[in-house]
Amino acid sequence: MVDVTITNDRPDRVAVASQWQLIWWAFKRHKLAMAAMVVTVAMYIVAIFPGFFAINDPILQNARTTFYPPQRVHLIDTTNGFEIGLHYYPTKLTRDPETLAAIYVEDKAQKKVPIQFFGRGYTYTVLGLFESNIHLLASSDPSKPLFLFGADRLGRDVYSRTVQGAQVSLSIGLVGVILSLLLGIILGGISGYYGGRIDFVLQRVIDFVLSLPTIPIWLAMAAALPQGWPATLQYMMITIILSFTGWAQLARVVRGRFLSLRTEEFVAAARLDGVSEGRIIFRHMLPSFSSHVIASVTLAVPAMILAETSLSFLGLGLQPPTISWGVLLREAQNIRSIATAPWLFMPGLAVVVAVMALNLFGDGLRDAADPYNK
Amino acid sequence: MTDILSITPRPPGIKPLLEVKNLVTEFPLRTGIFKAVNDISFAIEPGKTLCVVGESGSGKSVTARSILQIVDQPGRIASGSIVLNTKDGKSLDLAKLDPRGKAIRAVRGRDISMIFQEPMSSLSPVHTVGDQITEVLRLHLNMSKAEARKEAAELLRQVEIPNPEQALDRYAFQYSGGMRQRAMIAMALACKPQLLIADEPTTALDVTTQAEILDLIKRLQQTTGMAVLFITHDMGVVAQIADDVLVMHHGVVKEYGPVDQIFHTPQDPYTKMLIGSVLKLEQKAEIRLARPPLDTSAEPILDIRNLSMHFGEMKALNDVSISLLPGETLGIVGESGSGKTTMGRSIMRLYEPTGGEMHYRKANGQTVDLAKLEGAELKAARRELRMVFQDPFGSLNPRMTVAQVIGEPLLVNGILKGKALDEKVCHLMEQVGLDPAGRERYPHAFSGGQRQRIGIARAITLNPRIIVADEATSALDVSVRFQVLDLLMRLQDELKLAYIFISHDIGVIRYMCDRVGVMYRGKLVEVGEAEKVCNNPDHAYTQALISAIPRPDPRDRDRSRRFRYVEPAHTDTSNVKNGSSAR
Amino acid sequence: MLKFIVKRLFWMIPSLFAVSFLAFVLIQLPPGDFVTTYIATLASSNEVIDQNTAAQLRERFGLDQPMLFQYLKWIWGIISRGDFGMSFEWQQPVSGLIWERMALTLVLALASLIATWAIALPIGVYSAVKKYSIGDYAFTAFTFFGLSIPSFLLALVLMYVAAVEFGADVGGLFSQEYETASWSIGKMYDLLTHIWLPVAILAVSSTASLIRVMRANMLDELPKPYVTTARAKGLSEFRLLVKYPLRIALNPFISTIAWLLPNLISGSVVVAIVLNLPTAAPLLLQSLMAQDMYLAGAFVLLICALTLIGSLISDILLALVDPRIRLE
Repeated sequence: MVDVTITNDRPDRVAVASQWQLIWWAFKRHKLAMAAMVVTVAMYIVAIFPGFFAINDPILQNARTTFYPPQRVHLIDTTNGFEIGLHYYPTKLTRDPETLAAIYVEDKAQKKVPIQFFGRGYTYTVLGLFESNIHLLASSDPSKPLFLFGADRLGRDVYSRTVQGAQVSLSIGLVGVILSLLLGIILGGISGYYGGRIDFVLQRVIDFVLSLPTIPIWLAMAAALPQGWPATLQYMMITIILSFTGWAQLARVVRGRFLSLRTEEFVAAARLDGVSEGRIIFRHMLPSFSSHVIASVTLAVPAMILAETSLSFLGLGLQPPTISWGVLLREAQNIRSIATAPWLFMPGLAVVVAVMALNLFGDGLRDAADPYNK
Repeated sequence: MTDILSITPRPPGIKPLLEVKNLVTEFPLRTGIFKAVNDISFAIEPGKTLCVVGESGSGKSVTARSILQIVDQPGRIASGSIVLNTKDGKSLDLAKLDPRGKAIRAVRGRDISMIFQEPMSSLSPVHTVGDQITEVLRLHLNMSKAEARKEAAELLRQVEIPNPEQALDRYAFQYSGGMRQRAMIAMALACKPQLLIADEPTTALDVTTQAEILDLIKRLQQTTGMAVLFITHDMGVVAQIADDVLVMHHGVVKEYGPVDQIFHTPQDPYTKMLIGSVLKLEQKAEIRLARPPLDTSAEPILDIRNLSMHFGEMKALNDVSISLLPGETLGIVGESGSGKTTMGRSIMRLYEPTGGEMHYRKANGQTVDLAKLEGAELKAARRELRMVFQDPFGSLNPRMTVAQVIGEPLLVNGILKGKALDEKVCHLMEQVGLDPAGRERYPHAFSGGQRQRIGIARAITLNPRIIVADEATSALDVSVRFQVLDLLMRLQDELKLAYIFISHDIGVIRYMCDRVGVMYRGKLVEVGEAEKVCNNPDHAYTQALISAIPRPDPRDRDRSRRFRYVEPAHTDTSNVKNGSSAR
Repeated sequence: MLKFIVKRLFWMIPSLFAVSFLAFVLIQLPPGDFVTTYIATLASSNEVIDQNTAAQLRERFGLDQPMLFQYLKWIWGIISRGDFGMSFEWQQPVSGLIWERMALTLVLALASLIATWAIALPIGVYSAVKKYSIGDYAFTAFTFFGLSIPSFLLALVLMYVAAVEFGADVGGLFSQEYETASWSIGKMYDLLTHIWLPVAILAVSSTASLIRVMRANMLDELPKPYVTTARAKGLSEFRLLVKYPLRIALNPFISTIAWLLPNLISGSVVVAIVLNLPTAAPLLLQSLMAQDMYLAGAFVLLICALTLIGSLISDILLALVDPRIRLE
């Protein structure tokens, strides 16, 4: 029996609720998925405007701040009475008497440096359209920079680099999935709609692609990319490489949906109504599985992000000076680096948070995707 | 009502087998607590049959499951008692037992056992039937493997499964529908229970198979002396097998009494309605009788000649020829797999027929062969031939509003749009008895009967001349069924429609149709006046079919009239797979 | 049944050819060839090779012939003599370099597979049966975490913890004294003491996805009518659970080999590189970088063939345990 699972307190609203409305109500009930959606959206906003959220220029090297540790940020200042406001203190460099390793100590003797909201900082371009130097957080004293997540081997700000890396890493997942989806919808749609011999052959191809181990294939493909290519071309090639195997999963989903919809009575009824094939596909079938496809896509994005990160980490994906989370994690490849600067793992934390949020979000979507069943 | 728990007079000192008092079973929902069974009481005497009857959502199935405490999660017994009085004089209140405890498990399958509606899904797909039967024997009777197997074979023999030794090693999916239910019965009877609970055991079966299963249960009841609690929605079945009847509606008891009293002097209006609706199917509809007779000399509007539809080896339609007169209602009746649905779909060209012709006479007298139409011509023909589907849920796109569903044919054929379309949709909805104010609602806001009206409105949108209705009322409860049938007949007279009415239910056919064709294994075995075919058929298959229909009168229980049709030239050698050679 | 296996085996042939062709094309993709890379390497140490020598080198390695011809020659060598060609870089036959590393790759993948199953099966069943319990939520949280952390990151973190907290080096599969030793009981034992870490790392993400699969399977099966039938027979909850829904939920579980094995092997490549394990992966990466085509090709081919065989085995197993497939 097909019936609506949503029982709303106001049946009159349910009666006129479209599919998306019903899905949204079902999704809203899933608190964790809602939270994940908020995190996901926030991360993508950061990815669109990384310059605004960054503090220091992510490519600025500084020999004096090599492996500079993360700084503490204070909210309440009690040195002169009671003041509230984000601030930090400059640090003093000392050395461990035995190992001579650098130790940075907060120097409260110096004047505190307030942190400004919407302050001025380095100049960046927004989506390549216009320039700006306004940042969400800015240090009021550029000569004593703030390192929220510390600095790397070349003294670059890990926090700002992580924020910048979100742009490439999060978008590569999305672009890769959209590319896979196009392939998947075309091939899966053909397979499911026409059935028969075409379906049989495409099914075998899908099975074959799915049974391949992805990483060695990607490695071999990525190894073919010339090292000297410009960043954008590299980026495009990596998404194509990731889509090379990613389409099969989506094609399988699309095919399955098409096959089951083809036998639905309302599709037969539409055909008898004189509805053209095009309108059957776009008006009847596509709306019926678009929610499922969206859920599958949301679940495929994190896999793509993980793939890009792994490839770049191994040195066969994106190359510096492009900043992506995988590229940043290469800095953490060396056991000696991470032993001295464990904050180099911070981009990894960003990966985990992004992937987890997308997984939870997609999971909630998938559960809510079919409001008419059971 | 509690003081008249048991109806049949009983010598003092002998307790009923099972006494249910003030049983309440509830399901906690998000919106509150739903009482599926609300304060019901009844008793079952040893060796007798109690039928619990009601429409969908009446709580009859939950009642049955409450007895064994196997109500689906999160349902639970809230209050009341279920006292089982065993032969050795012990009494046990099943409602007080822990649903997962040892005490109730010892009762399940040994004192009380149960069979279900869907024998296919009620049996494990990956265990042999023998495995599942011996399991009960070994569990309750501590038999050895060899003993249990021998006993299981004996049980299969008892339920008349041929070659029981081999049948033990087969899987449920290798059995036919009727055989599966026999296997379920064998499993339930393994420990010679005192009570068999049968939850709609014949609803998924064809009427001839149903008759056999009912006979089997009756015979086993006579030999073993067990009592039966039979859950059904079919008043005909109740009339044939019940000693006592409990009528349920929305979780409460409407009426409780001996079968003869329920059928012949019913007190409750709901019971009267249920009985009335089966009795109605015993004759032609009043609307039909009031209509002037058809002009039988007219040229047929649709003439089907030698229509065949093969799916690989399977001949779903085998050389079928039949014609339809203008304004006529032609019934097509048959059991599952007879090819009746294939026929409807082939006429609509949802299937491409393998062979044959279908001559359709247009309003201007010109004829076209539907089997050969393509493109624009087919589209034009489909405006005059429309279809009503069986499933009121699956045949409406849940993502379109009712106005969009009904208006789509007009829109895509470029007939109406905008305000004119909206007005037409309102008019159509009024015509099928729906409130046009609800046209912006989605199908999920409507009940099954209302959805079927939406489907009918869609069918009459384009002023058709023929409507093919494929089991259009089968998914509906009896109380709603007549409203839809009467609507169809009213529209027929108003709009001068011809119907091809496909159904498995002889009663509905008799009520509705002028003529009827009987299908059996892809062939049309008999065509004639509905009255004649339904009451006095010529063909042996039709006779068998009619004989198997349970008569809705407890005073008419002559089972000896019933017989099974065996195709003369075709003797089936495969033993288990095919049910037709079982007896 | 036999027919099914034969048919399934028959289907392996085109797949294997497709894989070998794919491997070969992939290796051919980079512009230039080994000689170009070789010249570049030599040039960096100020050695210059003239055009003639380069041409001679190409001729010796057969690099001047058309690609299809090279492919056919390569594949014929493999089929007829088990000859995977020469490694340009190592100057020795590929087959001498790969087998031990492939064997260790297989051992690592199988160990991870078994660990994954052993952990995921009971947890998945528990999560489904005790739906929405605290335990279920805890395991669900773990699965989401396990799915979100890239295996190389987990390997790095564990290496960091081991190095900083315990001062231990957890890389490799063998202690130094066994690294080049021939196989013995001692070496086996040494392998066991090292392999648990990569196995644990690999098992985290695959266990996470498998728990979700198993939980979903069980949740599908639990409300089925045959479970009610079994309950109505008087079976205890545990017994009926194990005999019916668990048994049936196992079938889709078995078919997970088909995608779990490729995943594990993919994951093992990255983890092996991070932990510097003597499996196929580090050598594969190295040969890809150096365009050592026959060596890289052999690895890609064998790794893909391994997963194809995995899906073959899962199909056969599935047919063995599911009468619906076996008898239809």
